[in-house]
Amino acid sequence: MRWACILFPQLALDGVLRHREDPKAALALIAGPAQRRMLQTVTPAARELGLRPGMTLTAARALTDEFVIAEYDEKQIEHWHHLLAAWAYRFSSHVSLHYPRALLLEVQSSMGLFGPWLHFEQRLRNELDAMGFRHRIALAPNPAAARMLANSHDGIAVPDRHALRETLGRMSVERIGLAGETATAFSRMGLRRLHQVLALPRDTLARRFPEQVLRHIDTLLGDRPLVLDCFAPPDFFDVRIELNFDVESNQTLFFPVKRLVSDLAAFLAGRDSGVQRFILHLEHRNLEDTRLTVGLLAAERESEMLFELTRGRLETLQIPAPVQAVRLVARDLPRFVPESSQLFEDRPQQKLPWEQLRERLRARLGDDAVLDICSHPDHRPEHAWRQQAAGKPDLAVALPLRPGWLVSEPVALGDDAGQILAGPERIESGWWDGADVRRDYYLIRTEHGQLAWAFRQVGQAGPFWLHGWFA
Amino acid sequence: MGAVVALDTLLQQRQVWKGQPTGLPAHIQPTGHAALDAALPAGGWPDTALSEILYARDGMGELQLLWPTLARLSQAGERIMLVAPPFIPYVPAWQAAGIDQRQLVMVDAAGDQALWAAEQCLRSGCFGAVICWPQRAGDRALRRIQVAAETGETLAFAYRPLAESANPSPAALRLVIDDAAGQVRVLKCRGGRPSANAISIRAGR
Repeated sequence: MRWACILFPQLALDGVLRHREDPKAALALIAGPAQRRMLQTVTPAARELGLRPGMTLTAARALTDEFVIAEYDEKQIEHWHHLLAAWAYRFSSHVSLHYPRALLLEVQSSMGLFGPWLHFEQRLRNELDAMGFRHRIALAPNPAAARMLANSHDGIAVPDRHALRETLGRMSVERIGLAGETATAFSRMGLRRLHQVLALPRDTLARRFPEQVLRHIDTLLGDRPLVLDCFAPPDFFDVRIELNFDVESNQTLFFPVKRLVSDLAAFLAGRDSGVQRFILHLEHRNLEDTRLTVGLLAAERESEMLFELTRGRLETLQIPAPVQAVRLVARDLPRFVPESSQLFEDRPQQKLPWEQLRERLRARLGDDAVLDICSHPDHRPEHAWRQQAAGKPDLAVALPLRPGWLVSEPVALGDDAGQILAGPERIESGWWDGADVRRDYYLIRTEHGQLAWAFRQVGQAGPFWLHGWFA
Repeated sequence: MGAVVALDTLLQQRQVWKGQPTGLPAHIQPTGHAALDAALPAGGWPDTALSEILYARDGMGELQLLWPTLARLSQAGERIMLVAPPFIPYVPAWQAAGIDQRQLVMVDAAGDQALWAAEQCLRSGCFGAVICWPQRAGDRALRRIQVAAETGETLAFAYRPLAESANPSPAALRLVIDDAAGQVRVLKCRGGRPSANAISIRAGR
C-alpha cells in the first residue's frame, strides 16, 4: 500500500478566496469575540501591508485600510475539507479525513487506472489548481509518514520502508507531529533529528517519555498500523456561498454560481453519478428565497454544460430583492450513463434500463407510485385484481364480459340509469373473509351512449351502482 | 402573362417545390382495426410519435381502440406503461383482450408529475407504448411528450377530453371518439389528409 497525503496549508483562505474574482486581493480572515477581533490568517498581499496573524483588528485598521476581511469559519473549513474528500474519492476508494486540513489517499490500487505516480500526481495537482486550492503532496508507504513528510516536503515520493526510515531520520523532531513538550525536550537533549532519537535504546525512551511517543514513532515507521476511517461521500450536494455584499444584478451572480456548479461537477465525478435536477436558492434579507429549479432531461455532470443551463435560466430570472447568499441543492443524483450506441440494437435510444427508470420514478413520485397490476382469481370485482411489487404469475381466468375500467368506489347512477343491455349476472362471494358481496350486475347503456357496468344489491330495488366502464 | 413557361423549367430552376410524400416509417404499427389502418397514411399508428385520442365521455370504447395494439405489443414482450390512469384497469378484461398482464405497469402520479413521468418513460425507450391522461396539458407539455416519443422511439398515446379538439396540438395523429359509440374520426394526421368520414372500429359485440 502506498499512501498519498494532500495537505492544504491555507484551506480557510483558499475557501474564501476562490469565491472572489480577484484572488490577489489583500484579505484577512478574522475570528474571536466581538470585543476582540483577531486576524487569523492573511494573504501574501495583506502580509506585504504589514498585517500579521494574531494582530487585533483595531491594530490592523490603524496600520492600513486597504484590505478586506472575512469571517474565519470552522464550519466552512470542515465543509471544504469534505468537498475535497468527495473530489478525491474519485481517485481512490480509500480516502480519509483523519488529519485536519489534509487528505489521505491510498493510491497504489488506483495506479493501474491513473498511471504511474508521476502522472497521477500531476493530475491531482492540475485539478486542485483548477479548483483554487493550494496544496502539498507527499507519497509514503504508510499514511502517518505521508502526513508528516508533507509538513516539510512537497512532491516527495518515498518508495519503500528503508528509504522512509532514512528520509524521516533527516527530519527535525519538531516537524514529525510529536507533542510540543516532547519535541522541546528532545531538542534540549540535543536530539534535533529523528535518526538521533532512533539511535537511542528503546527502553530508555520508554522510561523517560510517555508511551505515546514510542507509539507515534512506530506508526511513522510503519511498525504499527494506523486505524483510519474511510470517507463515504454524502448522498446529496448542498453548498451555500455567502456573498459579502448585496448583489442586485444577475450578472454578478454568475461567478459564485459558476463555482458552485463546478463544485457540483467535481462532487458528481467523485460519485460517478449525474444530476438531473437541482435547485439554486437565492437568499434575500427579509423575503423568502428565490428558487431557481434547473431540470434536465437526462443525468449530466459536465460542469460547462450545467453552468450554461443555469445561466440561461438565471438571465431571465426576476429577482425581487438584493441577494445575500447563494445555495445549490442537488438531491436527485441518478447514475451517470454516458451515451452509447450499440451496433445491433432495435432501439438505439434505450439508454436507461427499466430498473433504473423505475428507481427514478420512485425517487420522485414516492415508493408506492410504480405498480405492477395483475389479476387475482376471485369473482368479486374489487378482489379480481392486485397491485404487486414483482414476480406476478400469469393466471388466465375465464370470466364473462368484464369492463376495462373499474371505478374504485361504486357511484350511484341516477334513477334514469339508461337501457339495460344484458344481465343480471349474480356475483355472490366472500362470506368467508368478511367482505361479503351479493350483487346482480347489469350491462347498461346510458343516455349518452356510454356502456356501464352497474350492480344492484340482491333483493333491493334501489339505484344502480356504477362499478365500471366498458371503455 | 403571355409567356408560356414550361413546368419542367420552373422545376429545374427550383422555383416551384413539389410536395414530396414522406417515406413510410421503418416499422408499421397496425392499429388492429382494418378500417382504421386503411384510413391512416402510415398504415397504422404513427411510429415513434404521439397520438391523441379525444373522447367525449368514459365508456365510449376508447380503450378498445387501443387494446389490439397493446395485445400485439405485450405478446411481443414489450412493456406497456399506464401513466396515472383515471380508473383502475380491470385486468381480467385486459387479459380477455389478449394483453399479457405481466407487461402492464402503472404509475400513480398527478398533474405535472404525471407529465414528467410520461416523458421519462417515453425517453427511456423501455416501453412499447406509453399511455397517459394529461390533465390541462398545454401545447408545450404535449410538445415535450411528442419530442420524448421521438427520442425514445416509443408509441405515445394521450387520452384527452373532447373539448380539446378545438385547440391545436403537436400530436402526429388526433382521433376523435364522439357520441356514436364505436365510431372514430380522424381529426389530424401527419403525412396525409384525413377523411371526414367516421370509421367503425367496433369488432362487433
